[in-house]
Amino acid sequence: MGLKGEAAIVGVADYKNERKYTGPRHFFTEQFADLTHRALVDAGLDKNDLDGICCTAIREANMFAPATLAEYLGLKVNFAEIVDLGGATPVGMIWRAAAAIEMGICQAVICAIPARPIPSNPIPSPTADDLRFYGSTSANWGSPQAEFDVPYGNVAQNSGYAMIAQRYAALHGYDERALAKIAADQRSNAQANPNAAFYGKPASIDDVLASPVIADPLHILEIVMPCAGGGAVLVVDKALAAKSKNRPAYITGCGERLESKSMTYQDDMTRTPVGPASQSAFAMAGKKPADIDVVEPYDCYTITVLLTLEDSGFCAKGDGMKFVTEHDLTYNGDFPVNTHGGQLGAGQAGLAGGMSQVIEGARQIMGKADDRQLSRCDTALVTGTGGIMSEQSAIILEGG
Amino acid sequence: MNNTSLSVLPPMPHPTPTTEPFWQGLAEEKLMLQQCDDCKEWVFYPRTHCSHCLSSNLEWQQVSGEGEIYSFTIARRPTAPPFAGMEPQYIAVVQLQEGVRMNTVIANATESDLKVGVRVKPCFVHTPDAQTLLYFELA
Ligand SMILES: [Zn+2]
Repeated sequence: MGLKGEAAIVGVADYKNERKYTGPRHFFTEQFADLTHRALVDAGLDKNDLDGICCTAIREANMFAPATLAEYLGLKVNFAEIVDLGGATPVGMIWRAAAAIEMGICQAVICAIPARPIPSNPIPSPTADDLRFYGSTSANWGSPQAEFDVPYGNVAQNSGYAMIAQRYAALHGYDERALAKIAADQRSNAQANPNAAFYGKPASIDDVLASPVIADPLHILEIVMPCAGGGAVLVVDKALAAKSKNRPAYITGCGERLESKSMTYQDDMTRTPVGPASQSAFAMAGKKPADIDVVEPYDCYTITVLLTLEDSGFCAKGDGMKFVTEHDLTYNGDFPVNTHGGQLGAGQAGLAGGMSQVIEGARQIMGKADDRQLSRCDTALVTGTGGIMSEQSAIILEGG
Repeated sequence: MNNTSLSVLPPMPHPTPTTEPFWQGLAEEKLMLQQCDDCKEWVFYPRTHCSHCLSSNLEWQQVSGEGEIYSFTIARRPTAPPFAGMEPQYIAVVQLQEGVRMNTVIANATESDLKVGVRVKPCFVHTPDAQTLLYFELA
């Protein structure tokens, strides 16, 4: 059962993360085409090889996103998928693409997420306000969040993650320096990534702790910075992988788990869905945590990284703070985590934020991570997190 | 009754046919919860089908509302623009003795009162919009 490891990432592309994007504006269709072209060039493959598309919702069309995009790119595809798992979307896209390829219905799937601003609309849309106010929380009538989250102010992401951290603190204690170290170590990694929003701006543990508290116990430097960007990943079968100019990063394990929309209703706020997702990925790949050369965990908040390391089995529940304190999480360290800086160090380009983790895992295996390249990287664990730890996905990548 | 007045009016819930008895109960300072006639589990938020067994045999019951703080945060920046002026917001998840959890605000409290596990009871906040919100306060 599960993936046999016969599909591989062979090409990636990403835009530089920019807090204030001032470049030319393009629609999602246009950005998707550009990212796809770049990923194909990176792989040394061409458009005629493509027969699958995997996307998110796009700004130009409320429905039929895969059809709109495929037609725009001039693609005729045998696999057309839209994924709606928030920050878990990119990892969710990759394993769906790999599964479709292993089934034999397609040979090459482009998974792309544009996240640069689109041209200003001369006819402003009245629905944009709710999206901007409430982030991942739906304020639409009839949505449970509109009635039972929004009136109490538990909206968007910060308050939910803060409550997860407070619950964790009550059960396991709380070493704020350990949490801050996650942000500081990843910021260190970002200094070797010119595409990072915080390139040229290191931050120490003390800097993190001196930054304003937004929602106790979370400091602003423990929370991702929104930015413009975008990313694409090309997943292909074995035959095309052999033709690619990059070392293939085979997808040998995957898992996914969704438990709720609001974290309020999770059985245990401190045991997150990435646990079962990672266990599935490890079992499928026949690997254990000690086999992993680099971990690229989704990192919307420092607490997300801490809980992902614990629940994925790198240390026991409650030992995460000791674990990150005792290990060097930089690309020079003994336990490299988010070697591109993660989203905490590189910025969060909307839904493409989680694609940065997939791309970095693949680049480390391809040997194309420039100044932050690990001396040896054959195996990576990449995770994705959507909503308030609502839905989480995991994949294991192995060098071919 | 309560002595909680709101300096800023938060976005109000708009009840649905399914949730109306819950909100009507709050207006009368009663906390109404659904209990499943088939599996006897408590259900929150209100639904047409039990979230434990999918039975549609759900009965409204009045409960005391006693419970404890499962977790909380103090939002020092508004969590969204409509909450500007309410900060610091004492946002919490409360677990009732029936086992269900709900989002709420802790009223009539100071920062040092906020602790995981603290016992709380309902505080019905009647708003100028004629909606009643369910806050909690220390028991
Ligand atoms: Zn039931």
